[in-house]
Amino acid sequence: MRPPIPRLLREVGKRQINRAPSPTLARITPWIVVMLGSLAPLLPLIASAPLVPPLGFLFLLGWMLLRPGIFPAWAGFPLGLFDDLFSGQPLGSSALLWSIAVLLLEIVEFRVPWRNFIQNWAIAAGLVSAHILLSALFAHQAGGAASFGPLVPQLILAILLVPLVGRIVAMFDRFRLLPIRNIG
Amino acid sequence: MAPPANRRSGHSRRAQYGNFVSYIVAVALTLVAGVILLVSTGNHTAFAGVRTAASDATAPAARVSAGTRTTGLTFWESLKGYFTAGRDRARLEREVAEARVKLAENAALAAENQRLKDLLGLHEPDSKPVVTAHLIASTSSSTRRFATLGAGSNQGVAVGMPVRSPLGLVGRVLEVGSSTARVLLITDGESVVPVRRATDGVAAFAEGLSNGTLRIRLTNLGINPLKVGDAFVTSGAGGLYRPGVAIAVVVRLLPDGAIARPLSDPGATEYVVVDPVWNPAAENAAAPAAAPAPAKPVGG
Repeated sequence: MRPPIPRLLREVGKRQINRAPSPTLARITPWIVVMLGSLAPLLPLIASAPLVPPLGFLFLLGWMLLRPGIFPAWAGFPLGLFDDLFSGQPLGSSALLWSIAVLLLEIVEFRVPWRNFIQNWAIAAGLVSAHILLSALFAHQAGGAASFGPLVPQLILAILLVPLVGRIVAMFDRFRLLPIRNIG
Repeated sequence: MAPPANRRSGHSRRAQYGNFVSYIVAVALTLVAGVILLVSTGNHTAFAGVRTAASDATAPAARVSAGTRTTGLTFWESLKGYFTAGRDRARLEREVAEARVKLAENAALAAENQRLKDLLGLHEPDSKPVVTAHLIASTSSSTRRFATLGAGSNQGVAVGMPVRSPLGLVGRVLEVGSSTARVLLITDGESVVPVRRATDGVAAFAEGLSNGTLRIRLTNLGINPLKVGDAFVTSGAGGLYRPGVAIAVVVRLLPDGAIARPLSDPGATEYVVVDPVWNPAAENAAAPAAAPAPAKPVGG
């Protein structure tokens, strides 16, 4: 015999006529997820070489490809600035690159509204590669090393992570739209 | 996926203006970001306050995370230990016996060294460590190699202080918050440490390569005297780092130097020690933001 599942737990996620997603949760989840990705430098990992992909940027791309228009066109600036606080890059580097990326994605969305999985992956791969290379360039302008060799593992890892990040974002998207608000 | 229908503003003037304004704002903010980037590229200390405030604010979470890192390491190490216990024990006993002899010899050497220094009238500056703390975070995705130290100006940490682990030099303090500090790791592309070969004192510079290794650049050109396995220690030139702290071991030779692997992997170190700046005269050079003080003669 199966143990009885609590009534509340059984009803979570079930679509019912008197329930709707909470607007607050639906609005803030994408922002929170991207900011959590930006906090990746707090992971229990002290790296002597750049290896962890820019998770905040990957989450931003994941949301924008899954739900076009979920972020306003200016979202790249505040999110990027938050990322800059922790990434070790000169301040403004992510703010600039993320703003441009959001605008570019808007253009792509306008020109090629119907895309398949591979095309989305290619777009994300291109943007994340450009992000990593330009970030290294900015860091170098501020006095870092010039070599791009150490970036290769990070680049490959970031491109391979794109579909996985997409799945994680989809999971958060289901969480975001849980019908937890009672109406009427 | 096709854009959802509600993104098209249609005939609603309000929606059209809203869309238009959000694009204007986006472009304006992009330009602002460019300006911020230019300012912070030109002046490293420009936004140090904002950054240290952010790392102070997230320090509690980072401390918990650093704790799990240490536990994770010990877990795997203790698991591994079950398989190699007997062999390791025999080896360690032999090494301890050898080390005891070496220690006695070293104590005698230190005593002799002290006596000779007293004869010459040299005085070592007090090198009691400032604080012992965790490295709580590091920039894992940027090419810059910074770590966050779990101690700040409240604990007496100041800009320029060298940070070392029991195994060797880790880096030096770059920015100080109230309870955290930002450490420039020796593997960062901007870090240059004056070093010498431990055995005979061949002078060189150890530059970070941002990929976890160091490049040893010899100050003396000519025939490359280095060999794989040579150990390098800090030379104390420039006054920031105390002489004789281990740094790296040569792993590959280059025509004019070598590639070396740092001895202290910052990820595997549980605690690091912050030392005072070795030569106080270098402190002025380490803090460029401070007002140019009149050069004071250093009492010797």
